[in-house]
Parts: sequence; C-alpha cells; structure tokens
Amino acid sequence: MDKLKSPQELDSLIKELESKLNPEQKKISICQGTGCLASGADKVGKTFVDEIKKSNLDVKLIHTGCHGFCERGPLVVIHPEGIMYQKVKEKDIPEILDKTIKDGEIIKRLLYKDTQGNRYEKEQDVPFYKDQKRIVFALNGHIDPTRIQDYISNQGYGSISKILAGWKSEKVIDTIIKSGLRGRGGAGFPAGVKWQSCAEQKNSKKYVICNADEGDPGAFMDRSIMEGNPHSVIEGMLIGAFAVGADEGYIYIRNEYPLAVKRLQVALKQAHEYGLLGQNILGSGFNFEIKVNRGGGAFVCGESTALMQSIEGKVGRPRVKWQHTVKKGLWQKPTVINNVETWANIPAIINRGVDWFTSIGTGDVTDNPWGGSKGTKIFSLVGKVNNTGLVEVPMGMTLRKLVFDIGGGIKNSKKGRKFKAVQTGGPSGGCIPEKFLDNPIDFDELEKLGSMMGSGGMIVMDNRTCMVQVARYFVDFLKEESCGKCTPCREGLRGMSEILNRIVRGKGRAGDIDLLYNLATTMETTSFCNLGKTAANPVLSTLKYFMDEYKAHIDNIECPARECGDLIKFQVDKDNCTGCTLCAKNCPTEAISGERKKNHHIDQDKCVQCGVCDDVCNFNAINILSGPEINQKLGE
Amino acid sequence: MEITQKVDNIIDNYGGDSKSILAILQDVQAEYNYLPREAVNHIVEKMEVSLARVSALATFFSSFSLTPRGEHIITICMGTACYVRGAPQILKEVERDLEIKDGETTPDQKFSIETVNCVGACALGPLVIVDGNYHGNISTTDVKKVVETYK
Repeated sequence: MDKLKSPQELDSLIKELESKLNPEQKKISICQGTGCLASGADKVGKTFVDEIKKSNLDVKLIHTGCHGFCERGPLVVIHPEGIMYQKVKEKDIPEILDKTIKDGEIIKRLLYKDTQGNRYEKEQDVPFYKDQKRIVFALNGHIDPTRIQDYISNQGYGSISKILAGWKSEKVIDTIIKSGLRGRGGAGFPAGVKWQSCAEQKNSKKYVICNADEGDPGAFMDRSIMEGNPHSVIEGMLIGAFAVGADEGYIYIRNEYPLAVKRLQVALKQAHEYGLLGQNILGSGFNFEIKVNRGGGAFVCGESTALMQSIEGKVGRPRVKWQHTVKKGLWQKPTVINNVETWANIPAIINRGVDWFTSIGTGDVTDNPWGGSKGTKIFSLVGKVNNTGLVEVPMGMTLRKLVFDIGGGIKNSKKGRKFKAVQTGGPSGGCIPEKFLDNPIDFDELEKLGSMMGSGGMIVMDNRTCMVQVARYFVDFLKEESCGKCTPCREGLRGMSEILNRIVRGKGRAGDIDLLYNLATTMETTSFCNLGKTAANPVLSTLKYFMDEYKAHIDNIECPARECGDLIKFQVDKDNCTGCTLCAKNCPTEAISGERKKNHHIDQDKCVQCGVCDDVCNFNAINILSGPEINQKLGE
Repeated sequence: MEITQKVDNIIDNYGGDSKSILAILQDVQAEYNYLPREAVNHIVEKMEVSLARVSALATFFSSFSLTPRGEHIITICMGTACYVRGAPQILKEVERDLEIKDGETTPDQKFSIETVNCVGACALGPLVIVDGNYHGNISTTDVKKVVETYK
C-alpha cells in the first residue's frame, strides 16, 4: 500500500471502500474478544473457516472484537438479519451453515433465553443490547480489528482527514470543549479544557498519552476498545496531538492485556503503512508517532504523574503537581493524558458534530463544560447480575434500568438472592444502596451519592455480599498498591486494614468505627495523590449506608450476609434435606456424612466454611448460622 | 543459549535505551518466568544503570518475580467482580489442593499460585488462568479438576 498523500486521497479511499460494502452480503461475525476466547471462540472461529471452505457458501466471515455480552460467549451474529447465537460450540457450526446461512432457518436452542424463558432472535431485540446506545462500541461487533480497511470503510480516519484539510487547532479544541466531553478515566475533567491549557504552552516539544493502564478491578471497557477497534484510539490521539501541537504519543497499557497490546501494535503498523502516522501525515506537514509502553502491574500507575514516571523508565510513584502535567508532564514537557475511552470518543465528535453529541446525556454544557455529562458511558456490568458484560448507555440512565432491564436482574433470585448495592468507581468509589436505584447516573450524580464514575466498573452485590468485607477488600487492595511514598496513605491503609480485618473476624472493638472515620478524614485531607485521598471512599460509603452491618459484626459477632467465614456455621436443615448426597460428594474436607435418602450431618470440626454445600444443594437444605443463633441452634 | 547472550539480544531489541528498561525486564521475565540474578547483573553492567534502579523497578512492579516460578502458573483473578462471585473460596481451594499458599511454588517446582488484581474478563468471574489459558465461571468443585489436568 502506498502512503496516502493528502486528505483528498484518504477521502476517495473511504468512498471506494464504502462503495464495496454490500449491505445485503451474508456475513458471520464471530467475537474474538478476551471473554469469548476464554470460552472457546478461537476454535469456533477456526472451525467456521474450515467449514465455510468445505461448503462453498457465499458468506463472509469476520473475526471481530468484543461484542460486550461476554458471559454468553462465544457469540456469533449473522448479518444482515442480525441473528444472534450464543454459547456456540464447534459442533454447532455445520448446522448453522446448513440451516441458517443456506435456508434462513433459525436454530432455537442457540438463541439467547432470558430468565422468564423468552427467546430472542435478533441481537438488537435482546434486552442486554436493546437500550444501549453504541458510539464508541459502534464498530466493535462489525469490523476486523486487524484490518485497517474495515475501519476506513466505516468513515475511519475521516475525522483527521477533515481536520488536516483545513481546520485550525483552535477549531478542534473549541469543538471538543463545546461537546462537553469529560474524561472517561475517572475524575471527569473536560477533555477540551485540558487540551486548551496544553495548546497554550509555547514549548516546541509536547506529548500526548493514552492511559490504558486500566487498573480498576472490575472494569474492562478499555481493553475491549483496544482489542475491538484500536484505530479509533489512534485516530483520537492523532486529533489530540494536532490540536495541542504534539509530535509524539505514548500508549501506556497494562501488561495483563496481551491481546490488546498485540492488536494495537498491528494497528500502529498499518497506520504507518497508510501514511496516517509518521512524517508529513497526509501531506499536511503534521508529524506524529505513537509508541506502546507496557505497565508492570502497579495500580498507582494509572495516576497521571506515576504513569509518566514509569514511561520515563523509573519506578511509578506519583510526583508533586506544583505545575499541572499540561505544563510540565512527561520529561517535563507539556503533556495531555486522556484515557482510552475518551480518545475513542473524539473521532465521532469531530465527524458528527457538537449538536449531535450534546443531544445525548445530561445537563447543559453550552457555556460551562462542567455543566453536565454528555455522550455515552461504557459500564462493565458485573458481579451478581444475570447479564454480565460491557454496556454503552447514554449518560443519565437510571441504575434500575441498567441493573434490572439491561442486566436482567439479580442472579439466583429463585434462591432468594436480592439486590443490595452496586459498587462504582473502583477502589476510589463507593457503594450505592437500593434506595438510590432510580437516580440517573452521570459524573455529578454519582459524586453526590458518595461514589464516583471512575472508569465505569459497576459491580452488583446481593444480600449475600458482606459490605464490611467489600470495604476490607478495597482497603487491602489499596494497601498492597499504595506506593508507600506518603505516610497518610501507607499507614492509614494499614491501620484501616487492621481494623476491618478484626471486624470481619468477630474481634471488632467498641471504638473501631470512630477510629475508621478518623483515619478516613486524615487520609482524605493529607494524602499526597488521589490514590490516598480517595482510598477511604469504600469505607466511608459503606459506613454511611450499611452501618447496621458493621454494628452487627462488632456487637453481635454476626455477619448479616452470612459471608464472613469466622462468624458463620453451616447446618443441615432436617426438614428440607432429602439425603441426595450431593453436598457430601462435593465437600472438599469430607465434613459431611449421612446415608442416602437420610438426613445428612456436618462435622463442625472439619468444616472450613467454604460454602460449597450451599451452592450445590437443590433443596434449600443448608442453613447458614451466625451470631447468637449459632449457640441456640448448634447447642442443641 | 547463555543467559548473558539472551539478555544481550533483548537489550539490542530496544537499542540499549535505558528508558526501555521496564520493557527489557518484562522480556527477560517472559523468557525465564522470573528475573535471574545473572540477568539482572548483566543488565546493570551492559546498560550502565545502577543495581539500585533495576532492583527498585523489579520489586515495585508486581509482575516481576526474583525467584524461579513453577512450570505451571495458576493465576487467580482477585478483581472485584471475581471477588464477589467467590474468588477467595477458589483461591483457598487451590491452596488446599496444592498445599502451598498464594505466591508460593510447590517443592517439585511444578506449580506456582499467584493472584492478580483484574484481568479484564470480569463477566466470566470467578476466573482462573493456568499458563495463559482462561477458565471462566469456575466453581470450587471445578477448579480442582482443572488443576488436575496439568498434574
């Protein structure tokens, strides 16, 4: 491929590739995202290739990035009809080709079925997808991320072409400010405002960085964007670099995402070949290079200055921001750092305009970029919910709609599981209880509730999730990840961890809650970087909404969620036990004994409180006791 | 190939640039599954960086190991989504099964148990990765069977 020499050449290529797209063409798109690959999509993809060859059918096969509905993988969608098959196995493939592709016949058993037993033929009708609005994910299920032509044929690189054909950098910045796009990495700082501050710097050397160190446990949208549509990130960075006057960019990506690294490297190489990266891009005189840096598994490296230290080859500890990174960032040069999802939004905004983007979302950003939350947000809807995966929805959707309509409600509700809370914002966020389910979700609303948007992790918890343990989980997580540079964060987290650990072990003390509050406020006001400043949020929000659970642990030695191993005992319910032996067979410590068709018994000395018996029991015959009832019922 | 020679090749891939030291260490770790003392010493000498700097990086970032790891690496995801779906029980079960703790290697050098903060496959939690192969939606009863296949 010869390098494209002008925006006009790129535009004609877009038109040419677009005209070759045949909307009537039969296409099979198979998801090759990490989730589906984990469920065997690799073999499914290969079998499709072999079987199609054998069958001589006129059908196009596309290996795409993540479709989002990871739990139901491997996912296969047949276009133009949009028929979605889930949990597809190799043995299903000849049948799919023979029936659906050849004769248009639907294979019912492969369709998605909701908890009420309704089956859905088309992807767009499946509740998980129906209420989504896909901008960043628009192409994810449709293009092959390893083929730049696929991206270009869908208006790809059209935005940078438009800009290089005559836009001034001010116009680009103004567009992004007016769009109200706020950083998707967590804090929600308006991207355009950041760009403007950087553009104002007079240095000849500037950098742009893509923060792909997606460290929030429970969030994986950035991985999916990079795996499914890497060129959208590259185009976003190109536009940003042009706007602020940078000629070098870095993508700092977690080492835990090998596939995303690979896809990005392929995409960068192709962009070079097409003359979309390098010197004199599209003949405009604009130069830009991107390098990929892999992280080393340190959560704090998601913090902008720590990340820059790491790119510089140093230990990733944050540094003082006497001057913002837009003035003195990487190698002390003005630097714009945005997260993956933010970059991936940019081409769409330039392409479709401010009015379109601001028509989606909440608030009014006409005069104030902080005035609302515009566009969409991708959430990773995970935890104890039926439909787990990645969902892109307009800002302002209610939690209820997200969890119950898109998410299909709480898992195992037949076993009496109920919604308790949803945790957002990762380790810096908080837990939101049921009474706020009808609140709209955007940057400002979540903050009002004592949580934050974060990168968009949304972990659903049910009545069997102990909130004290959730707080302890995050505190222990951050204790490990604190870089240790400043005392409030390092020691504060240790102190909180000690207290929370004794509470979940039933050794909580009377003044512990006050002590937690004390530590939390000290850390909030005196920590060096935002990791420490926000580290107490999970504790504060659980104390705020779930104080009764803390009190039950301390005062009654009871875990209301029946999760804390040291505070619970398992007992067979004599009335419900049928003697099916399933629990005894699965018990890892052989603590359960009993004859077939007779009541079983748990030996408390052998039981390790793993909960397997309760998981496997089909007759609701395992009682989990905690607090005073242990003595009452087991003392008999 | 000698350790020093392999390390030389890796350093050359990055043009000997000391800014790329993190990437060089990552490649060494990928090659040997840990950072051998000899390799670290060689990097120090060849790239003219201080041992303090290399060991600071090697101990700060959790993906590095300074001791040899087992032939099979069992990684249990401890991300929030996996956690609420029972990852701690899965970890306990693997620890019980192999009679070692998180971060340890079996005496026969066959297995190491490690935990990771999140691998970004949250919809499939709880999740166990053995030698890079993902096993999603795993239960305490299944995890033993999975480990068994590598024994």
